[in-house]
Amino acid sequence: MTDETAKVEELVHKEYEHGFVTDIDTDTVAPGLNEDVIALISAKKEEPEWLLEWRLDAFRHWTRMAEPAWAHVHYPPIDFQAISYYSAPKAKTDGPKSLDEVDPKLLETYEKLGIPLHEQKMLAGVAVDAVFDSVSVATTFKEKLADAGVIFCSFSEAVQNHPYLVRAYLGSVVPASDNYYAALNSAVFTDGSFCFIPKNTRCPMELSTYFRINAANTGQFERTLIVAEESSYVSYLEGCTAPMRDENQLHAAVVELVALDNAEIKYSTVQNWYPGDENGVGGIYNFVTKRGDCRGSGSRISWTQVETGSAITWKYPSCILRGDNSSGEFYSVAVTNNYQQADTGTKMIHLGRNTRSTIISKGISAGKAQNAYRGLVKISKNADNARNYTQCDSLLMGDTCGAHTFPYIETGNAGAIVEHEATTSKISDDQLFYCRQRGIDEEDAVNMIVNGFCKDVFKELPMEFAVEAQKLLNITLEGAVG
Amino acid sequence: MLTIKDLQVRIENKQILKGLDLAVNAGEVHAIMGPNGSGKSTLASVLAGRDGYDVTAGAVEYDGRDLFELSPEDRARQGIFLAFQYPVEIPGVNNIYLLKAALNAIRAHQGQPPLDAVEFLQVVRQKMQLVNMDESLLNRSVNEGFSGGEKKRNEIFQMAVLEPRLAILDETDSGLDIDALKTVAEGVNTLRNESRAIVLVTHYQRLLNYIVPDYVHVLSDGKIIRSGDRSLAVELEEKGYDWVRQGAKAA
Ligand SMILES: Nc1ncnc2c1ncn2[C@@H]1O[C@H](COP(=O)(O)OP(=O)(O)OP(=O)(O)O)[C@@H](O)[C@H]1O
Ligand SMILES: [Mg+2]
Repeated sequence: MTDETAKVEELVHKEYEHGFVTDIDTDTVAPGLNEDVIALISAKKEEPEWLLEWRLDAFRHWTRMAEPAWAHVHYPPIDFQAISYYSAPKAKTDGPKSLDEVDPKLLETYEKLGIPLHEQKMLAGVAVDAVFDSVSVATTFKEKLADAGVIFCSFSEAVQNHPYLVRAYLGSVVPASDNYYAALNSAVFTDGSFCFIPKNTRCPMELSTYFRINAANTGQFERTLIVAEESSYVSYLEGCTAPMRDENQLHAAVVELVALDNAEIKYSTVQNWYPGDENGVGGIYNFVTKRGDCRGSGSRISWTQVETGSAITWKYPSCILRGDNSSGEFYSVAVTNNYQQADTGTKMIHLGRNTRSTIISKGISAGKAQNAYRGLVKISKNADNARNYTQCDSLLMGDTCGAHTFPYIETGNAGAIVEHEATTSKISDDQLFYCRQRGIDEEDAVNMIVNGFCKDVFKELPMEFAVEAQKLLNITLEGAVG
Repeated sequence: MLTIKDLQVRIENKQILKGLDLAVNAGEVHAIMGPNGSGKSTLASVLAGRDGYDVTAGAVEYDGRDLFELSPEDRARQGIFLAFQYPVEIPGVNNIYLLKAALNAIRAHQGQPPLDAVEFLQVVRQKMQLVNMDESLLNRSVNEGFSGGEKKRNEIFQMAVLEPRLAILDETDSGLDIDALKTVAEGVNTLRNESRAIVLVTHYQRLLNYIVPDYVHVLSDGKIIRSGDRSLAVELEEKGYDWVRQGAKAA
């Protein structure tokens, strides 16, 4: 065993900062999943008939599907009947009309998470749609957005107030039968966010949603739908945190993005769900389907993700490059420490002509963690002059962790140009020593080197997020090199 | 300032330094010469605190304290600077960002407030001129894609900014063209004063035309076998190391 590894073994992960549980009354449905539970969820949310039918249809698909086993992750079978599919904070009256009506304990929770919900913090210019367990409790900045014609609300509200839009786009990117977890989500999703940016509109602020799993034993199944009409632009930030739990919790979200002609959607995620402790006990199972449809010509979708949390991450934000001249981008930093497992990557499906895609993936593993990049670049027959550039770098800290790369390339068009570069490296003793010889302490030196490794991705994040991402990265890897 | 007594060092059970003695006082410049593999870089590394070396005997005092009790970063903060023979590349880490972190860590140790961006840039501009450093290198990743000469110059630039009390230059002159050699020498000479000491590891007496040392030592097979003044370097260049080795045996 090398010196470095011995030190890695010694040092324990910094305790999870967001591991507190909010003690509030919740309205929780007994564990179990069947058509009655789905009807109950739909009824509680006063949904239209078509949506109930859509859910039931998804459920019937799901019962005929098998859990995927191809990912490079290992976990005991999930008992889907042991999960409660609905948990909402009980409202004192009919639900909060303003922040004053929101349970102060909830606000306290957000405070601890550092979410800028209060008036003064809102001046920072971030509109927050906070999802607490399954129901959105506070939405801010709605008016300013409404002036611009932008709709940004919880998914439930959208179902009530904009049913035609929801019906037109829901499932149009990720069909209910798409995959096991997407089907499950379609059947039981409880809430999420909805954004609609009308034609020729540049969304006046960055939109942000913080998801947080609170109640024990509730899976969280959010549904996010973002539609950008012709020549519009929106930047959307998603941040996640979950409290500490011994049980493994399931998180199976679906995110759908639709970009029409010349529209641009920039979707950024910083995910730090509870990863489990240093022995691999507890932590979130994060099985997420994220897909963007560059439906219009000249449209552009970019996914930027910083994944530091979850016990298991299974996630492939993808782009369907349908419109001619459309482009898709994927920038990812995935960090795993202790017993965390991540199998993440992207799919770029080139259908239109002159379509472009860029993939920059940075995987960092420490401890006994496993980190896999899985990416598909598919160039269809009609995608003349398509181009892809993929760069996949892995950084290993210590020698008990693993990095794996699974690039799949399918080209049906001889004119396509697909480039793939991959590297695997270790933080070298030479680099560490160099920094320390200049007076920088070891912890700062590690952070500096790791952040340097992630630079190409961090520079794609909005400023505030980039700072948060760096901090999270530092916390996650604290003590990973002795 | 620095006192090395009977230093014996092993790497993976191979004895590299075999009882080395050296005393360096403030204000002095010492040149260490010696054949390839004789242990010059090993000495520099041990002084700077690199891992993987087994000190089996001997003692090193720096400012009256046991050097081996200090971590590498504490040695640096207390004024020890090593210009590396092979400076490492650190992708994605901005050259100037690393230097600012370094300078502020050293200042914090001295109880001084950190320099803000503007003050730091002033220092940088001034030192850049001193060593003729190309501005474009400042915002590149540390040493990444630097030519051999640029890497060496960057080391001297860092030294100029950090203003160490004991600077150890490990073959900083190797790979430099004649103009670069002169600027590097000027940089070192500017730093030279009563309170500082400089240890130059070099193979070429050419450097010593520009930085005139107070002492020249010959390191061979893990020991200093001969010490003298500048004329020793000249003589060495003429007669080679065998000549000193013979002399050492005879003595
Ligand atoms: N990590 C190591 N493992 C094994 N042997 C080593 C290691 N580092 C140095 N050595 C050996 O120690 C001896 C001294 O090396 P050192 O680098 O100190 O020589 P040097 O005097 O600086 O030589 P040069 O003039 O070529 O730079 C050499 O024989 C070298 O091979
Ligand atoms: Mg050497």
